[in-house]
Amino acid sequence: MITVSHLTKRYGAHTAVSDVSFTIEKGKVYGFLGPNGAGKSTTMNIITGCLAATEGEVTIDGHDIFEEPLEAKKRIGYLPEIPPLYTDMTPTEYLRFIARARGFSGAEARKQMNAAMERARITEVKDRLIRNLSKGYRQRVGIAQALIGNPEVIILDEPTAGLDPRQIIEIRELIRELGKNHTVILSSHILSEVSAICDEILILSGGRLVADDTPENLTALFAEQNGIHLTVKGALADVLSALNGLEGVEIADSREEDGRARLTLRAQDADDVCERVFRALAQADLPILEMARERATLEDVFLELIGSDKEEEAVSAEAEEPKEEEAAADGGKEEADQ
Amino acid sequence: MRAVYLKELKLNFTGFTGYLYGAFILLFVGIYTMAINLSGGYAQFEYVLESMAFIYLIACPVLTMRAFAEEKRSKTDQLLYSLPIRLSDVVVGKYLAMLTVSLLPVAVVSAYPLLLSGYGHVDMRSAYASILMFFLLGACLTSIGMFISSVTENQVTSAVVTLVIMLITYFMTSLASYVSTASSSSLIALSALALVLAAIVYLFTKNLSVAFLTAAALVGALLIAYAIDASAFSGLFPALMKKLSLFERFYGTIGGMFDLTAIVYYLSIIGVFLFFTTETLEKRRWS
Repeated sequence: MITVSHLTKRYGAHTAVSDVSFTIEKGKVYGFLGPNGAGKSTTMNIITGCLAATEGEVTIDGHDIFEEPLEAKKRIGYLPEIPPLYTDMTPTEYLRFIARARGFSGAEARKQMNAAMERARITEVKDRLIRNLSKGYRQRVGIAQALIGNPEVIILDEPTAGLDPRQIIEIRELIRELGKNHTVILSSHILSEVSAICDEILILSGGRLVADDTPENLTALFAEQNGIHLTVKGALADVLSALNGLEGVEIADSREEDGRARLTLRAQDADDVCERVFRALAQADLPILEMARERATLEDVFLELIGSDKEEEAVSAEAEEPKEEEAAADGGKEEADQ
Repeated sequence: MRAVYLKELKLNFTGFTGYLYGAFILLFVGIYTMAINLSGGYAQFEYVLESMAFIYLIACPVLTMRAFAEEKRSKTDQLLYSLPIRLSDVVVGKYLAMLTVSLLPVAVVSAYPLLLSGYGHVDMRSAYASILMFFLLGACLTSIGMFISSVTENQVTSAVVTLVIMLITYFMTSLASYVSTASSSSLIALSALALVLAAIVYLFTKNLSVAFLTAAALVGALLIAYAIDASAFSGLFPALMKKLSLFERFYGTIGGMFDLTAIVYYLSIIGVFLFFTTETLEKRRWS
């Protein structure tokens, strides 16, 4: 549906987006995740044709956004970070303008407007001036704008930023609904939001794409860090001796409190270890009061990825010159090979 | 284009701009008609329009300040960029909407010569030719104002810069007449103009070497021309300013000379500034 290849955007000496490539498939909900200033908005602005790229290519359904902007833009509905609303208009007037600009007129335009208003649930405020609407409604008017013409791709830049919790839940539901009929790309710096709505997550940091996978796979990446919290009725010494013989179990932490032993175990294969711990403790007649698996959350993954990226940056900044030499040497080798 | 045109027209009349502009123009046409035709007893409606030229200096910035500066401030320009429409259509649509707003008071004013003819002999050809040129002069100033709106960040800056530029165009002929007819003074004045042009080039490109090259090329060309034929420079600057002035062309018609080159000149100015505005918007996608 959308292919982005080697996208780079430089503002003078500052690089906002650096060599980002990915593909967006039809019918999924994608989430751009990253701290502020990671290049999320810049990437979205380039995909939608609001901004020209320094290097790289973006095609929407085979139409290059720089070569055939009109064809490409027809396929995209875009809600920028700040909803682009004419506050002196009513939602009806505003959507009429959008419908006309997208080439609809007469009955067809009215049909598109009504459908968009219904889906964004703004029908009840359609004749009030946009400037008098609450932030949540304004956001919906912005979404309705993106729905006019039923574009295949809907791009939403931080659609829930600045809304109250109830509005956030409503907008999320709306996005989930949109995901059934459209390809949706949204950006956010809220992890729970992205993991709750999106089928696939693209993590950006410092203008680079550091991860592109499903939420499940991303958390699975860090599965080896899984730990097991254990609370056992009995003396710590007894528990330790019972667990002593078990293979592949590492006791990371242990202490005794009120006649209970509390332990944290680390293991490669947590399922198997849980079972063996249960049997070993049952044999020693030590009742397990609590056994809980510690899973890596998306947050851990995110911080890990962002963190490692920052470290890399620091390293590459220090070792910039040698790296360049290396690259030059590589280039030389390639030439020699040819 | 139609979508943008209708939207702009709507915004001009949901806000105060359209009404303010129309009321302002009509108020002053009324005052001048009172003073010149009714009290003064002149049969020429053209004289009213001649005085009105100065009123344009205040009215046009009000009409054009919103055009693109407001879109930028409220971030609605992102919408225009993301919709499947050409930027040239956006510019032309907006421009036509402003022309429509400025046409309304002109339409009302068109009735005045007819009304006046009831009380004496009014030369209709001269009066209506003047009304046409009056409208075209406004169209020209509007295109310049719209361009300034596209390069400024907010409405107030846009209005002030437009006013200053229009004042300069308005007074440039009379100011230029202070430059003595000696060849050397024309050379100096033209060189100064070349430097101003270079400064504008720098403002738009932010590129010092390009600006220096422009200045060097222009001043160099002037010096070479001066070395070849110094006498050609005698009185050149005032004459050139008079030729370039938008208002001088209008006064020609007021004086009873309907000059087609004036219309061509106005249309070219409009074309150039519509093109500049489109390019400015295009360039913003790159910065």
